Amino acid sequence: MTALVIAEHDGEHLSDATAKTVTAATKLGGDVHVLVAGPDAIAQAASKLGGVTKVLHAGDDAYAKQLAEPMAALIVGLAGDYDAILAPAGTDGKNFLPRVAALLDVMQISAITGVEGPDTFLRPIYAGNAVATVKSSDAKKVITVQATAFEAPSGEGSAPVEPVGEGVELPSVSDFVAEELTHSDRPELQGAKIVISGGRALGSTENFEEYIFPIADKIGAAVGASRAAVDAGYVPNDYQVGQTGKVVAPDLYIAVGISGAIQHLAGMKDSKVIVAINKDEEAPIFSVADYGLVADLFEALPKLKDALGA
Amino acid sequence: MKVLVPVKRVVDYNVKVRVKPDQSGVDLANVKMSMNPFDEIAVEEAVRLKEAGTVEEIVVVSIGPEKAQDQIRQALAMGADRGLLITAEGEVESLAVAKLLKAVCEEEKPDVVLLGKQAIDDDRNQTGQMLAALMGWSQGTFASKVEKDGDKLHVTREVDGGLQTIALSLPAVVTTDLRLNEPRYASLPNIMKAKKKPLDKKAASEFGVDLTPRLETLKVTEPPKREAGIKVESVEELVDKLKNEAGVL
Ligand SMILES: Cc1cc2nc3c(=O)[nH]c(=O)nc-3n(C[C@H](O)[C@H](O)[C@H](O)COP(=O)(O)OP(=O)(O)OC[C@H]3O[C@@H](n4cnc5c(N)ncnc54)[C@H](O)[C@@H]3O)c2cc1C
Ligand SMILES: Nc1ncnc2c1ncn2[C@@H]1O[C@H](COP(=O)(O)O)[C@@H](O)[C@H]1O
Repeated sequence: MTALVIAEHDGEHLSDATAKTVTAATKLGGDVHVLVAGPDAIAQAASKLGGVTKVLHAGDDAYAKQLAEPMAALIVGLAGDYDAILAPAGTDGKNFLPRVAALLDVMQISAITGVEGPDTFLRPIYAGNAVATVKSSDAKKVITVQATAFEAPSGEGSAPVEPVGEGVELPSVSDFVAEELTHSDRPELQGAKIVISGGRALGSTENFEEYIFPIADKIGAAVGASRAAVDAGYVPNDYQVGQTGKVVAPDLYIAVGISGAIQHLAGMKDSKVIVAINKDEEAPIFSVADYGLVADLFEALPKLKDALGA
Repeated sequence: MKVLVPVKRVVDYNVKVRVKPDQSGVDLANVKMSMNPFDEIAVEEAVRLKEAGTVEEIVVVSIGPEKAQDQIRQALAMGADRGLLITAEGEVESLAVAKLLKAVCEEEKPDVVLLGKQAIDDDRNQTGQMLAALMGWSQGTFASKVEKDGDKLHVTREVDGGLQTIALSLPAVVTTDLRLNEPRYASLPNIMKAKKKPLDKKAASEFGVDLTPRLETLKVTEPPKREAGIKVESVEELVDKLKNEAGVL
């Protein structure tokens, strides 16, 4: 039994989610290899992950933007050596891995949150209102992993790095045109220890800047948002937490002016400690909050900023 | 261009489903069903492209029970031209759905297939990508903008770091994200007109596709319950609790 984990990266850093996916792969019970389609430095970083016994490095520029068609061709070409192929359930893995699954005639097991055995997995369904235990009868398992459900591996590895991907015939049906990446000095939403999210009640971009950002900076938090806040254009789309946005599970999640729709809860209810600040004491968010403060956010947040000290 | 829009009948997004006591699944008896919200966005986008003159024909297809007709009719009322219901009882997995859609593509020869990025019942997010793979077509997932540019389709995608734009050769598969558009409500006259639009019906078994599930659901359980905590009276009390009780600050 050998598993291949497809590394997730932004061209500069190996994601936290990759390390956690390695943990999920380890639970399948065999060797774990990692495929890095990207710069050499990321392959080097992957080789240091605990539990990894080999790193495959595809350095060709064709993979740089992780487009689905070349990525799928690369992975399918390597699949013969593996019993399981896993990727973090981020937008890259969700994009190329189902393509791999179909080419291998396998039913993908999406966004697993637990490994019960080499063919049995837990996965949330219906916006996390239920958890299914599913058993796969496919000879090869193709799996995306909800990384927040797993810890990063302990220890440091020193796996050998081997080049791959020479001579793979790549489909040329899609081309990268442009990207508009959100730049922030704050921690990345999915890896952050503290997340503070704002909802529709914030009312504007300026209010996010005036009320949420200073607190985030004070406590080293990442900033998230509800769909309502993103749709209204207060913050960029990649801030959205929820069933159809990002799933986070920080030590502390602070929900400000968010009602707590099931779709939002699906993205944050596994946080260790949840704080809700909402002026409506009936807001559903309070049913999952460890600490609830019924207050107007425009009065509470300045006080919170002061109370957090210098 | 000709567009194919697959739509799925799912539990309405406002319903909080309950797990059955025998853990065999969730209780769907007497629960409101609707078109998957992402599929409504796909229908809306197709209709807008038609209104802009980029698209000539919109075909809607659903795989599911007889009742999925309601969702096809809704799409027709929104502006799609004709429908195809592929009847199947019980669950049809994404891979089998993709294979059925492949057969439909071979017959209908669309230039673009517009799907939802994710069905909100099973939350799998894979059917569109699988169809693209089986057809050997390009894919643009999680689209927040779709534009025809010469013989290419430019798709802006919502990705973890922000937005990415790619150019796809046609035919292509596009899956919709929430911010692509806001779907219209069908007007009463259009709902009436939709009743006269053609809606074909075929049984899934006629397609020669193996529908045997690859995943067996052993059980469905409730997620671990979170106990509601306490209400604090002031910001000072909150900060004190976070520091000294929870130890997270
Ligand atoms: C297919 C689909 C997918 C979805 N996916 C997601 C998702 O991934 N993530 C997500 O978040 N949502 C998602 N949604 C949307 C979700 O259903 C809710 O509409 C959304 O989460 C509501 O956002 P909100 O809580 O900010 O706004 P609202 O529900 O409007 O809540 C605003 C809250 O702010 C409070 N408030 C108002 N003024 C103040 C004040 N001055 N001080 C303090 N509190 C105040 C109000 O009491 C209220 O509780 C999805 C919906 C659909 C249909
Ligand atoms: N039974 C079905 N009938 C029609 N379309 C479907 C069906 N299942 C999935 N789809 C389409 O595939 C998309 C993604 O579904 P999924 O991969 O199951 O999350 C949906 O938004 C639909 O557009």
